[in-house]
Amino acid sequence: METSAAARVQPIARETLDSVVIRFAGDSGDGIQLTGNQFTTATADAGNDLSTFPDYPAEIRAPAGTTYGVSVFQIHFASHDIQTPGDAPDVLVAMNPAALMVSTDVLKPGGLVVVNTGAFSANNLKKAGYESNPLEDGTLDRFRVLAIDVTRLTLEAVKSVGLGSKDASRCKNMWTLGLMYWLFGREREQTVKWLKAKFAERPKLAEANIAALNAGHIYGENAELPHGINAYQVPSANLTPGEYRNISGNEATAWGLVTGAKLAGLKVMYGSYPITPASNLLHNLARLKHFGVTTFQAEDEIAAVSAAVGASFGGSIGVTGTSGPGVALKAEAIGLAIAAELPLVIVNVQRGGPSTGLPTKTEQSDLFQAVWGRNGDAPLVVLAAATPGDCYYMAIEAIRIAVRYMTPVILLTDGSLANSAEPWPLPDLDALEPFPVEFHKDPEGFHPFLRDENSLARVWAVPGTPGLEHRIGGLEKHRDTGHISYDPHNHHLMTKLRYNKVQGIARDIAAAKVDQGEDHGDLLVVGWGSTYGSISQAVRELRTKGHHVSHLHIRNIWPLPEGLAALLGSFNSVLVPELNNGQLVKLLRAEYLVDAESLTRVTGRPFRIAGLVQAVEERLQRSAQ
Amino acid sequence: MSSNPPDKEYTRKDFSSDQEVRWCPGCGDYAILAAVQRTLPSLGSSPENTVFISGIGCSSRFPYYMNTYGFHTIHGRAPAFATGLKLANPELDVWVITGDGDGLSIGGNHLLHVLRRNIDLQIMLFNNQIYGLTKGQYSPTSQVGIVTPSSPLGSIDQPVVPVRFALGARATFVARAFDTSKKLPEALGAARKHKGASFIEILQNCPVFNDGIFDLITDRKTGPAYQLWLEHGQPMKFGPNAEKGLRLKPATLCLEVVTIGENGVTDADLVIHDETNPSLAWMLADLPDVVALGVIYRQPGPVYNESLQRQRELAEERFGAPDLHALLRQGHTWTVS
Repeated sequence: METSAAARVQPIARETLDSVVIRFAGDSGDGIQLTGNQFTTATADAGNDLSTFPDYPAEIRAPAGTTYGVSVFQIHFASHDIQTPGDAPDVLVAMNPAALMVSTDVLKPGGLVVVNTGAFSANNLKKAGYESNPLEDGTLDRFRVLAIDVTRLTLEAVKSVGLGSKDASRCKNMWTLGLMYWLFGREREQTVKWLKAKFAERPKLAEANIAALNAGHIYGENAELPHGINAYQVPSANLTPGEYRNISGNEATAWGLVTGAKLAGLKVMYGSYPITPASNLLHNLARLKHFGVTTFQAEDEIAAVSAAVGASFGGSIGVTGTSGPGVALKAEAIGLAIAAELPLVIVNVQRGGPSTGLPTKTEQSDLFQAVWGRNGDAPLVVLAAATPGDCYYMAIEAIRIAVRYMTPVILLTDGSLANSAEPWPLPDLDALEPFPVEFHKDPEGFHPFLRDENSLARVWAVPGTPGLEHRIGGLEKHRDTGHISYDPHNHHLMTKLRYNKVQGIARDIAAAKVDQGEDHGDLLVVGWGSTYGSISQAVRELRTKGHHVSHLHIRNIWPLPEGLAALLGSFNSVLVPELNNGQLVKLLRAEYLVDAESLTRVTGRPFRIAGLVQAVEERLQRSAQ
Repeated sequence: MSSNPPDKEYTRKDFSSDQEVRWCPGCGDYAILAAVQRTLPSLGSSPENTVFISGIGCSSRFPYYMNTYGFHTIHGRAPAFATGLKLANPELDVWVITGDGDGLSIGGNHLLHVLRRNIDLQIMLFNNQIYGLTKGQYSPTSQVGIVTPSSPLGSIDQPVVPVRFALGARATFVARAFDTSKKLPEALGAARKHKGASFIEILQNCPVFNDGIFDLITDRKTGPAYQLWLEHGQPMKFGPNAEKGLRLKPATLCLEVVTIGENGVTDADLVIHDETNPSLAWMLADLPDVVALGVIYRQPGPVYNESLQRQRELAEERFGAPDLHALLRQGHTWTVS
């Protein structure tokens, strides 16, 4: 790319915006996710706070031009602190009619639509379900429209490189990105660098893509924009000083597991079977063998968890990652880890259910499965990460609790956390407190279920240690000897003991506290998991409007944190928004006899802030009457 | 498999736990347990480096009676637990104990994969052709027609042949023996010596629900006429006076039983056992009039846990010492001041 001073355009007048939501939409083969990721990096470089949400079809290559084959990448960026990928987009980039079809309903009235007219053939219009051309029939009258034949302009821009027409046409996402970079005053350098690295082996493709990127940018510089469309700038946000990177939830979880294992002084054995949206946890960890990570792609979900438990028996920290259907298959093996009292971390990247459900859409409907989903009274620890970056710290916490209490821990994330990215202040590794594991070595008075009186954790005696040979298993064992026992009273005691061990962990985690607002008031919004951003932003708006509303976000689903009952009781009403049919709300009602009310949305998409604000205001009005 | 020399001479007693053995009187499992407890000391095993992992079923109680490390896991999944353990600590000598129901019905998938991956461990499959612990239903190795509580008119399930299953999974070591055989320790020793997954089918009598099904083969009087003990490089001979043998019928490519001295048959006509020949092993797995015993197939191949170790070393060479600080900064970072 030519970036000499001469090639730069004269500074232009840009309209300043506080925050913008852009939705890139196109065929799943159009490179929408790549385009979105590049725009994200450039936006981070520009110093904005941001949040992204990729939304792509379950089919790998859905038929071109269809609405169900539309791939979407939404980015929200601002000059202030933001938490969500945004409700209604201000800008839509539609690469074909299908992308326009599925997006016009969510776009803000008056929003800007950038369309590639080159894809608006009669055939594509028909495939998208249009009876007439929306560019001509008034469908888009409520928006500002920038209609450009991106296909033709891209082919012209890359003509000199001499690519085949298919490869040449594929560069149109970069042309579009170039135009968006110009519209929002973003730098191209990073993307040029990335293209050169990506196509290092195929320099012609690099050249063509860079030419397309530049051509899109130059189009913006030179084109006379229709009335009402300006170039924009979003000033940088006032982020806390420090070193940042963009991070997605699955990256953060993988790195958190590696960090947690290091703090414990253990090796990781990650057993997994590929499943959307958890697969890239396996991919991320498979690259980290030199960190003492063993990844084992098992023959099925059951073998994956079983191998992890086998590794924990052998003195590694066994971890398995999956999504809801996989957890269903693992339930029996998790029960064994509970009975045998072995550490184990299960990451559930939740997706829409039941059954195969909505593999690529997000949902929070595995809370009951996590807390209760096993045969017998089978307590374990359930944690839930709130943001992509929080996945890092919750993965560390999962390992800490698992090894300290010799218990399985389920870490709940979800498809939205897994794939969304946010700027993340890098952690100070030296500030993370190690929790080194000490294996039991002393044969004197040994049996495998010797316990620490306070934590109730049993000793961890690893095969290969002389004098500690022992047998464990899923049969009930005697409390004092560890031998198999069918004694009724003993089983009663052991059931209580397992329950108390897990409940006692509440003393070792942070007590409940509100995340935003006072610890009393009219209404407390209680959330968990990936709804953190939406709830946080909605509560901020409500508080700005003068409402006495607070936000409490639960990261410890089971055991629940201490002090929660008192906080719940300090508000006139409690509202629990969840992306499920009402699960945490039932847990809270059951545990605390609190009259908490449920707000649910099960669309495979995050909450809309406006919807949350409205729901809270309705309830406030109702109770005021 | 651990190659550490033991610090002391162990005896059968060192491998026997203090737990009362609770199989039914007359169960073939007693003989197998005794053979294992007797054999391990002679193989240089030490109790602390030996682990028995089992699934669910009568046979899977086995680990409780061994004074080694043991893990009585869940139904059918023992190979997966054993895999994880072996990957976590390749120095351990890992044995999987399973049965025909545990290993070939609910756990068929895991047995297939542990064998094809060739994890370095031993799998002993006790085959009594019946579900014992659930009180006598037919199993995946039961013969067609067997009358059980769940097949009052006789089973209509076609049985699986365990040795063929193992060969089909590309196991690198496949042997067969029976519970009371004096040659069982030899088969166990060969299995342990083999690098990779070793599969031993052990015909085992269930005196309660399927009594006597192997009597013809295992009885001291009738047995010799049915036991073909294989020896690599030796002609296949059997019978009370070694008067019978196996000859290849080239026209139909199958093995037939012949009597030496009859119709001009001599030793030179008999097939020589080649334990590295998978086609021969396939034929030996299911012979019509005789049961092949001993090492049916042995052909070492790449061992999963060793390949894994090489990849670990390669990753360390390529990426150097682990550096969390650098890991978190890979890709693009920026500073807000």
